[in-house]
Amino acid sequence: MRLVVPLQGVVQGRGGLIFGSLIPCALFYFLQLYLKRHRSPNSRSNPPSPSASAQNLAELTRTSSRSNLLSRGSIVPVLISSLATSISKPNDSPYYIGLDKASEDPYDRIDNPDGVIQLGLSENRLCFDLIEKWMLENLKDSMRGREEGDLSISGIASYQPLDGTMELKMAMAGFMSRVMGGAVSFEPSQMVLTAGATPAIETLCFCLADHGNAFLVPTPYYPGFDRDMKWRTGVELIPVHCRNTDNFMLSISALNQAFNQTRKRGTKIRGILLSNPANPVGNLLSREMLCDLLYFAREKNIHIISDEIFAGSIYENEEFVSIADVVDSEDFDKSRVHIVYGLSKDLSLPGFRVGMIYSFNENVLAAARKLTRFSSISAPTQRLLVSILSDARFIEEYMATNKKRIRNMHDLFVAGLEGLGIRCADSSAGLYCWADMSKLILTYGEKGELELWEKLLHVAKINITPGSACHCIEPGWFRCCFTTLDKEDIPVVMERIRKLADTRAASRG
Amino acid sequence: MTQTRYYRTRSPEPEKEKARGGTAMRVIVPLQGVVQGRGGLVLGSIIPCALFYFLQFYLKRNRDDPDDQNESGSPPRNPTTRSSSSEQLPELPVLTRSLSRALLSPRNPSGPVPISTRVSGIVKGADSPYYVGLRRVEEDPYDELDNPNGVIQLGLQENKLSLDLVKDWLAEHASEAMLGNGKELSICGIATYQPFDGLMEFKVAVAGLMSQVMEKGVIFNPSQIVLTAGATPAIEILSFCLADTGNAFLVPTPCYPGFERDVKWRTGVEIIHVPCRSADNFNLNIAALDTSFNQAKKRGLKVRGIIISNPSNPVGNLLSRETLYSLLDFAREKNIHIVSNEIFACSTHGTEEFVSMAEIIEPEDIDRKRVHIVYGLSEDLSLPGFRVGVIYSLNEDVLAAAKKLTRFSSISAPTQRLLISMLSDTRFVQTFIATNRERLQRMYVQLVAGLEKMGIKSIKSGGGFNFWADMSGLISSYSEKGEVELWERLLNVGKVNVTPGSCCHCIEPGWFRICFATLTEKDIPVLVERIQKVLKPVN
Repeated sequence: MRLVVPLQGVVQGRGGLIFGSLIPCALFYFLQLYLKRHRSPNSRSNPPSPSASAQNLAELTRTSSRSNLLSRGSIVPVLISSLATSISKPNDSPYYIGLDKASEDPYDRIDNPDGVIQLGLSENRLCFDLIEKWMLENLKDSMRGREEGDLSISGIASYQPLDGTMELKMAMAGFMSRVMGGAVSFEPSQMVLTAGATPAIETLCFCLADHGNAFLVPTPYYPGFDRDMKWRTGVELIPVHCRNTDNFMLSISALNQAFNQTRKRGTKIRGILLSNPANPVGNLLSREMLCDLLYFAREKNIHIISDEIFAGSIYENEEFVSIADVVDSEDFDKSRVHIVYGLSKDLSLPGFRVGMIYSFNENVLAAARKLTRFSSISAPTQRLLVSILSDARFIEEYMATNKKRIRNMHDLFVAGLEGLGIRCADSSAGLYCWADMSKLILTYGEKGELELWEKLLHVAKINITPGSACHCIEPGWFRCCFTTLDKEDIPVVMERIRKLADTRAASRG
Repeated sequence: MTQTRYYRTRSPEPEKEKARGGTAMRVIVPLQGVVQGRGGLVLGSIIPCALFYFLQFYLKRNRDDPDDQNESGSPPRNPTTRSSSSEQLPELPVLTRSLSRALLSPRNPSGPVPISTRVSGIVKGADSPYYVGLRRVEEDPYDELDNPNGVIQLGLQENKLSLDLVKDWLAEHASEAMLGNGKELSICGIATYQPFDGLMEFKVAVAGLMSQVMEKGVIFNPSQIVLTAGATPAIEILSFCLADTGNAFLVPTPCYPGFERDVKWRTGVEIIHVPCRSADNFNLNIAALDTSFNQAKKRGLKVRGIIISNPSNPVGNLLSRETLYSLLDFAREKNIHIVSNEIFACSTHGTEEFVSMAEIIEPEDIDRKRVHIVYGLSEDLSLPGFRVGVIYSLNEDVLAAAKKLTRFSSISAPTQRLLISMLSDTRFVQTFIATNRERLQRMYVQLVAGLEKMGIKSIKSGGGFNFWADMSGLISSYSEKGEVELWERLLNVGKVNVTPGSCCHCIEPGWFRICFATLTEKDIPVLVERIQKVLKPVN
């Protein structure tokens, strides 16, 4: 009886209050549920970055449906990861296109005088003669080891610690203190050695940030960072623009602004990535600036990665201050500071693939050590480097000569450009000059810049790196690496640029 | 999947609300005096509806907050996979903590700066017996004269049997080799930037070695080779290229303990273990692969490939031609990749014939795109310190991507030069391979005989430095616990480091991996005696 009653009860008015509230509630609930179930697939896929998820969805449905339809479908190409799909495409950045073009048709004064002159690759060839001489004299001994030849050979063939041998770390520590002017001493136990500075940066990025987090990077920056920091880690780089009027010096207010904007977007910032000496521009960060950066990092509770790979390639008399020095001298929280170094630039041995992470954070070191299983230096190379680096007399001579030769080359090159009316930003370190060719571009914008770059590459046959590849916001700047040249090549370069400039001036009327 | 979970967690709430709605009504009822009137029906339905709506609204707003931050803070690549969402959970406390601190005390120097969640697992993760054992040996290695009470290493895959041959060659040729045969010294060839994926000359030399090793006239094309700094990064790069975060690979077990690190750590890819059993001599079973594949699919995991080791790593058996064909059929049917790890290809020591995956695929075959071979010089040429790994693939896209990824893991030029001349010395390579095989076989036969005398049987190994020994009769309880207990006694009492089967994800307890290539013949009696000492109390 009672079970059937409800409907009657509602109508009659007694139980009406309770049922009258329960029934619409239930109806309303089911309506919401129904609506949500039908809406949810769309609303779920929208919030995360649309491109990635959309791709995934498309792939997912495609494979499953196909494998259902034709289970022996050998015509269906097997899928590869979205990372591989995106990077297996040909290079689209002018930086890499230029490098490829120059390596296909390299200039040679005698053999290929019409080839492309390479000013885009950051390599220092000025002191190869010194290294060659050293190798001729010492290679045999260094490979065999000084005392018992037998024992030491087994030392290079068998498994070694993946993060580098202690001997090499000690040698590196000595070399770095020497390079940084003896002001800082480096602790070998805080080092992790990797197969080049590139994996050192990537490993740090894996250690400090999760997928979707971001790093602040002052622009113009080294074009390779986009690959090193982003590809496999899924981390974002947020450019912090520096301007010509400040001579491309970093300012804390710009940093702060970028930080706040990014946070508003909901992206978490995990650190700042600095190049000191700066990569394309070649200027140094002052001690005060480094202190300010450390205060900023403390306030925001973020990390600082300082890429000091050019620390030993300073040609002006300005003093280089390592962030390790600043952290030491004042009471900063060391655990947020990480330094990247390598021998590719300062000892001009890029082929050796030796990079280093120097960190004050035990957790980061522990993780990085374990990650070196993916990127360790081969033992014979380590052996060889230990003997080069422990030859104090050679290192002394090398450093002095190298500095002198870079300065010479820099002065000649900059003077040459000035003769053409092209001004370079003030710089005191590195292998580049940062040249303002905005007068030569036809339309003031990235398009005009790339057009000039293309003309330089294909008509003048000079490969330089356009500022847009370095994420510079002012068009018309170009990075020229002068240490791959011989002195005799400089007039050739200038002549080629002059010709192009002349034809452009003529065509413009 | 996430959706149904979503509802399940939600559904209890309305019930609570209804109850509360009811009590709320009672409060409102006297006030309005609705009880008597006819309007009770209308008001009685509108008021609770409104209340319910606002309650839901309130709840949703409060709950959505962390969701929003989570989504924007770290956009999950695959919203559908369970793993990625559970991975993000531990991140939340870090986020709120750092934010609140920055707001509350902006100049607080004591707040530790967070490191990424993905590596905090790597830092904290407790080490498996495999790594514990390796460390113990490192601290206290056995030496016949210097440290006769040290730990004997049977856990590291290293071949010391033929190291003398390599040493002799290096002592004679190393320095000339590095600078290019001593004829024309070329510093530019080693100091300057070289292609990250290896010098062409080196690729040619490696292709020559591989063709020679894998016999049977398979020609390896140098342009399809990508060189990396060891086989470990080679596997990781392939994992990056073939699978997205949250996808999975099938791996037959027992497998190499390092796969966990190589395949999963940085890529976020999952491994699904496919158990092989002692009843089949731990041979690969396609039916088991199929079951695992279907189970994974049911769980919503997308399987992107199979990783096999041939010769298999802990067990040492070789995959037959038939198995490889059926494996390829399986991969074709499911449209997935095959990664074949062949780092022991020339360390075979039985009579069995080794068949490379490269032999199975024909160059014109469309299936060539799904087969990727990993090779290395660490094992086969006893040069682990040199860190040279090889990816051989016929898939142009994978090759292109892998080439670009070698910027993170390239071999240094002096090492490449050295190895070019070593590999071009065909007389040396041939002698080395022949002598090495002979020595491996001798050591294997002797050690197996020694163990058999104690009643320890093992699966017949045809390649590699390991064999797979059955000590299930010796463990106190037939479980992983019993196995690890025996491993501990072997390490601490017997001072012998072996790898327990559980590290290799074997599902049957009591199996152990024994690497025999680090021993000398004189060590065998010592070893037998030590193992006997451990076994005594049990017998």
